This record gives sequence, structure tokens and C-alpha cells, in this order.
Amino acid sequence: MDAARPYLAAFSSRFLLMLQYRAAAIAGFATQCWWGGIKVMIYAAFFAAAPAAAAASPMTLAQVITYTWLAQALLALTPWSADPEVALSVRTGSVAFDRLRPVDTYSLWYVRGAAWMASRALPRAALMLVGAGLVLPLVGLSDWAWKPPPTLAAAAAFAISLPLALALSSAFLMIVNIIVAATLTDRGVNVLFNSLIIVFSGNLLPLALYPDWARTALLVQPFAGMMDIPLRLYVGQLSGTGALLGLGLQAFWTVTLILLGRWAMARVMRRLEVQGG
Amino acid sequence: MPQILVEDLAKTYRVAERDPGLLGAVKGLVHRRHRTVQALRDVSFSLEAGELLGFIGPNGAGKSTTIKILSGILKPDAGTVLVNGRVPFTDRIAHVSKIGVVFGQRTQLWWDLPVSEGFDLLADIYRVEPARYRANRDELVALLRLERVLDQPVRQLSLGQRMRAEIAAALLHEPDILFLDEPTIGLDAPSKLAVREVVRRLNRERGVTVLLTTHDMHDIEALAQRVIVIGHGQVLADSPFETLRANVLAERRLVVDFAHEAPEIVMAGVEVRRRQGQTLELAFDPARTPTPNLIAALAAAHEVVDIHVGEPAIEEVIARFYDLHGAGEA
Repeated sequence: MDAARPYLAAFSSRFLLMLQYRAAAIAGFATQCWWGGIKVMIYAAFFAAAPAAAAASPMTLAQVITYTWLAQALLALTPWSADPEVALSVRTGSVAFDRLRPVDTYSLWYVRGAAWMASRALPRAALMLVGAGLVLPLVGLSDWAWKPPPTLAAAAAFAISLPLALALSSAFLMIVNIIVAATLTDRGVNVLFNSLIIVFSGNLLPLALYPDWARTALLVQPFAGMMDIPLRLYVGQLSGTGALLGLGLQAFWTVTLILLGRWAMARVMRRLEVQGG
Repeated sequence: MPQILVEDLAKTYRVAERDPGLLGAVKGLVHRRHRTVQALRDVSFSLEAGELLGFIGPNGAGKSTTIKILSGILKPDAGTVLVNGRVPFTDRIAHVSKIGVVFGQRTQLWWDLPVSEGFDLLADIYRVEPARYRANRDELVALLRLERVLDQPVRQLSLGQRMRAEIAAALLHEPDILFLDEPTIGLDAPSKLAVREVVRRLNRERGVTVLLTTHDMHDIEALAQRVIVIGHGQVLADSPFETLRANVLAERRLVVDFAHEAPEIVMAGVEVRRRQGQTLELAFDPARTPTPNLIAALAAAHEVVDIHVGEPAIEEVIARFYDLHGAGEA
């Protein structure tokens, strides 16, 4: 317990602090509603216009709509940008203090990053659940609403997969943070990874809807585990062996990225130059 | 064995350079130029437990680099560093749990957290046993007069309040050694006095070893028994401050108020430093011209109203020392 004490404290401190940014959560929710609404209408138009293709689709319209709302709700759970706290401390040189703590710097940054993403995702997801899950059916738009998981097994798989997604996203966030620490700026990496994540996490288009030839490659790449896999598990599109494979992929990428990150961090910290005289 | 042992320490930095203007920026895209800067050449010194050492030198002399190496943040290129028998960089986690560090130009507290929550978080990070933590915190809060700012977020503190909170934050885990890098920078007079008082008490009452860098010579005068002057990455002097003063600038000053316009003074070994109406400031070497002789000679030849004997200001001593060693900022 004592071994974990610094990391638990760092997590809860950041989590509780970030939860207080209500205006940011509401603004984020509004933006995500807007994009979610547009995407839902586009999918509905496509499915209506091409009934033959829709019938052959690996996901039904209802599944795609629930997937879309969930993707919007959990957007903050993907590592969109470097941890701003790390970027700032690298820039100002306060990163020195992280090296003065009797803790493993990788783990410290990892838990802080996880807290940052979780605390941003939680209020946005709650608002989205109310908006797309409760309000839409009440106003007669239940066809376009966020639906509960179809089976208990799907719900259970999602409940396991979601924390794994956070672990995987945090491991990837650390790679981004380490690049920031090495290059002393977060601009380049933020722009680069934004576009990768929006496509390969399934946020732009569910990965199951891509052409057959691309599907396997898309499923096994690391970004799928941050969003696409838990969302497919939720809507029941992945089940049975597929579900186990999905969870296994998430765990595999988490471990791989953590090992890679720790190796890179050790190298960067050896030649870290703390700014200022 | 000394608590801190530093031998033949060397550290270089690579600095990126760019020609000015648009052309320089374009050239920088194709070919980056780097220059190596020798921050430390050959630094050696040792420190016993319970000492209070002042570390001075011009900007860029290598003071902060030395502190960063001693605290385990930076890895030296060459040389030996042992603190409590440990190599700071390789044994980082064990090392940093026994030291406290304050960088005057940075904050180690969390900007958006109230001071007390920042302290709680540090106690968790250092795994300080809760009862000990409460006792330490209460003692430090009283000593540094922090009662009124405990509930305020760090960003709302004044610089003086913040610095006192920083010092408390560096001491919650009862370190044996305290590194203070410019702890009084930018502080007003009462805050400077408070910081000095705390440092002195920690050193005397708790036996904490203190290594302090500063540009404020009054910090050195008030605190340090021993001074190391560093310049161009080398130790230029390592002695009690009074020895340094005697070696560098042994002269005395005599300020004389005359009854009339100040006269011309032509005496061997006496130099006029300042002339203002009826007042003269004279510099002389007491070994060559004994003070009573000089006063007697002046009083015999002129009508003297008042005489004041003094020593050159500590800033002057240091400036002269830097000049002698060509150690001014590059």
C-alpha cells in the first residue's frame, strides 16, 4: 500500500482538481453534441440511400448510432495531445522537480496523465448519456438515441474494456509526453497525433465499416484499443472469441507501449537539460 | 568521510545557434549549428554534515549546474560526486528522499492547489508517516508564519509568501541536506530576513547541512561561514568570507567632512575615491598607512568636522574578485 501511496495521491489530486473545470466540460459537451448530431444524420442518410449495402454492413444503423454517441462521449479518453502539465513543466524547467521526487518518474507521469483524461471524460460522458440516452427518446427521437448494451455479456466486456482503453491511452500519452520532453515543444506532436487518432481510433468512422481488405490491419493497430474495441464490445459487434481477442489486443498494446515508453524515457532523462541557469 | 564530496566535476552543454534574420532561419532548417559550452571544468570541494556553505559567482558561472548535479537531476560528464555516500544520478530515488531543494526561480508547489493540499500531496509522494508529517507541517507552518496562506491556491500568494511555502515544502520529509538556489531572489527586505532566519535556525537547531547560491551578498554575510566562489566553471576561492575580503580588498575607507571646500589630498598610499562638496571618501591600505596616523595628519592640516571609518561594501569585494579572475559574465 505504501508503495502505491505516491501514485494514488497524484492520481486523485489531479482527478479532483480537473473535475472542477465545469465550463470546459460543458463547452466540450456542446461541441461533441454538435458533431455527434451531424454524424448520426449522415449515417442515417447513407443507410437509407443504399439499402443493399446497409443490409450487408457488419453494423446496423442502430449500432452505428450508439457507437457514435459513445465515441463522442469518450473523446477525452483518447490521447489527443500531450499532457499540458508535462508540456508546461518541460518548457519552464519545473520538470526538474519531478526528478527530485523519490518516485519513478514514468509512473508518476502515467498516473497523472490517466487522471487528466479520466477526469475530462467523466463529466462529458455523463452529460452525453443524459442528452443522447435520455433526452432524445423523450423528445421522440429514439431511433437516433444512445441505446443500452444488447446483452449482459456485452455490458461486462465493455466494463473490462473501458479501463483497459484508459490504460492503453495513458501508455500512448506517455510516448507523446516523452517526445515533448525530448523536443521541448508540444506543437508538432499534437498536430501529428490528432489526425492519426481521429482516424485510427474509429472516431471518424467505426473501423468495422472500412473495406474488407483494410479491416484486419485496422483492428490490430494500437489506436483501435483506445476506442473502437470497447465500443464494438458495447454494441455487441464483437462477441465471443472476438471479444476475447479484442481485450487481448488492448492488453498487448498497453504492455508494449509501456515497455517502449519506459525505454525511451530512460534515454531522454539521461540527456535531459533543465532550462535556465 | 565528508557528507558531500565533489571531485574534478565537469559538465558541458550543447547550445543550438542560429544566424540572425530570415536567411539564418532558413539555414537553420538545413544545417543546425551547435556550440559546446563548458559549464563546469574542474570543480572539487567537500562539505561536512552541519556546514552552511555559500556558493557565489556571476550568472553562468556554474552554480546552478553544480546544484542540479548534486541533487541528481543532471548527470555530470566526468568527475566524482558522492552525497551521503551515494552517487546522486545513479541512485536517484534513495538520494532524493534525503535532500530538500528550493529553486528560487521556480515553484515546486502545484499552482492551482491550495498550499495545504500541496503539502499533503508531497507527504504522500515522500511517503512521510502521517503523525510525523503533521508534526513537521505544524512546526514549519509556525516557523515560516504560513497559517494565513494555507488555504490559498499557490498562484494567489505573494512572492515572499510563496518562497516561505516553498521552503516548508522542501522540508516536510526531514531532509539532511538542503540545497537553496537563489532563495531570496526578488524578495522584499522582511521576506529576505525571514528566509535567512529560517535557514539559520534549521542549520543550528536541526543540524541540516545547507548549500546556498545567491547573488545577494547580504545572504552570504548573514549566513555562510564558508564561501565558494565559482567562475568559468572552476572554483576560484574556498574560504571563510572574512579571509576572502582580506585577500581581495584589504583597503579601508575613510569618509571625511571638512569645514570648508574639500582640499586636495596628496599622500602616499591614499587614494581619493569620491569628492562631493565638503566631503571626501579616501581609500587606503591600513598595513601601509595606519588609520590613526592618517587621521592625525588630516586633522593637523585641515579643519575636520567629522570622520567615519568603514570597509568597502561586500558587493565591491566580490566585483573586484570577479575582475581579478576575469570571471565576469561571458
